[in-house]
Amino acid sequence: MDAFLHQVLAGLATGGIYASLALALVMIYQATHLVNFAQGEMAMFATYFAWSLINAGMPYWPAFLLTVVFAFVLGVVIERVIIRPVENSPVLVIVVVFIALLVILNSVTGWVFSYTIKTFPSPFPAEPIFGQYITSHGGGAIGVTLVVLLLLYAFFRFTPLGLAMRAAAQNPESARLVGIRVGWMLALGWGLAAAIGSVAGMMVAPIVFLDPNMMGGVLLYAFAAALVGGIDNPGGAVFGGFLVGVLENVLGAFVIGNELKLAVALVLIIGVLVVKPSGIFGKVMVTRV
Amino acid sequence: MAAILEVSNLHAAYGPTRVLHGIEFAMEDGTITTLLGANGAGKTTTLRALCGMVKTQGEVKFAGERIDGKATEDIVRKGIAHVPDGRGTFVNLTTEENLRLGAYTRRGRDAVESDLERVYGYFPRLQERREQQAGTLSGGEQQMLAVSRALMLRPKLMLLDEPSFGLAPLIVRELFEILRTVNAKEKVSMLVVEQNAAMALDLADHAYLIETGRVVLSGTADQIKSNDAVQRSYLGY
Repeated sequence: MDAFLHQVLAGLATGGIYASLALALVMIYQATHLVNFAQGEMAMFATYFAWSLINAGMPYWPAFLLTVVFAFVLGVVIERVIIRPVENSPVLVIVVVFIALLVILNSVTGWVFSYTIKTFPSPFPAEPIFGQYITSHGGGAIGVTLVVLLLLYAFFRFTPLGLAMRAAAQNPESARLVGIRVGWMLALGWGLAAAIGSVAGMMVAPIVFLDPNMMGGVLLYAFAAALVGGIDNPGGAVFGGFLVGVLENVLGAFVIGNELKLAVALVLIIGVLVVKPSGIFGKVMVTRV
Repeated sequence: MAAILEVSNLHAAYGPTRVLHGIEFAMEDGTITTLLGANGAGKTTTLRALCGMVKTQGEVKFAGERIDGKATEDIVRKGIAHVPDGRGTFVNLTTEENLRLGAYTRRGRDAVESDLERVYGYFPRLQERREQQAGTLSGGEQQMLAVSRALMLRPKLMLLDEPSFGLAPLIVRELFEILRTVNAKEKVSMLVVEQNAAMALDLADHAYLIETGRVVLSGTADQIKSNDAVQRSYLGY
């Protein structure tokens, strides 16, 4: 029982990280109906930025905040400079751009920082502070994730800008008719998604270690999370993230073994697509033909 | 009286299909003007062209200033509120969120709050439904919401695209009565596109008749009402 509880809590800790990245995917999906394959690499790139700051002697939390800001700006710039020129192109063109972005970010990071695996510090102490069942980094990561989710919820629910972003995602034409600059709302969405992703990156790096490919697996779990919850539902994506995290850990520990952990994500993705493509909380899309 | 809107030689096309062939008309400040015409004459396109929602050639002046070629959101910020056909409701947001979006470009919280009360005064039904998802409102309520959202901008000019479409006659009468009040009390100019020519002519001061993308007849509402051809084709006498 103890071991089980331990695995569940550890699953919640990584699940929060998947939830954050899944949320980033959902945000861009809601506004553009596209899945940003480069979301993970953007997070990884931001995490390297954090590593450089910390290595240069900056204390952890200032470096953390500066990285979130850096990621936000990076997201906005990528949308304005790279995505905007192709936004009206066929889906396939945009997907290729996403993949190009993934490859470019990955190789540029490898070229600048080398592919050697690096350790990334955790801001939380090494001795357990949340009891015996969970590491302090695990508990801390859950806390950070919850704070991020709460801030996002408050932003979208209670601020005029958040309302405008929801409006622009839902009905761009009407949004323009009330004077909302829809293009900028998209860019802002990219910025926010990248910022959330950077938090996920910094939280996962102490666990998986820092290397240019570190987000590959995480992104796959995040896809699974977003699909399980419903790719158009932010709350669903968060739920999916925690669910996938727990499933991955529990199944990995007791059923299929650690080597096949990643397969859990793939089985979930395929299973959801076959059985219930809209996910648990997603809306069923009906299109008139 | 100064002209609030002057349109000259306005052309518009959807891809290769040309829809407007040099529309010309003008509106005086504070008046209601209606564009009449059959299906496909180019009425909706004219309104969309004024808001920069289709590519156009020609000249559009709003309060003496060129607005053709500008982005929709910039035109809106000058004080033109468009009530589109299909109402443009944000269906997943609440009634009140829809209304607040109407005032998105405005600063000054107190003024916006008092304007919320003002439109609830015009349409008490919306106040009852303020926390309800806008997509669940009835057609009539959504049209009221669309008009109210436009009013929240405090516009100088309102463009109304088929406000009577799909509504019960009683609701149409109520809605038009409120439009008349808004025009009289708040001096908001209105450009109304309607298929219901009789109702539109009762509401309007001036009217233009559009056929296949051109203005073929213009005058005061009374002149147009008594025109033989209009009576035969549009008023069903």
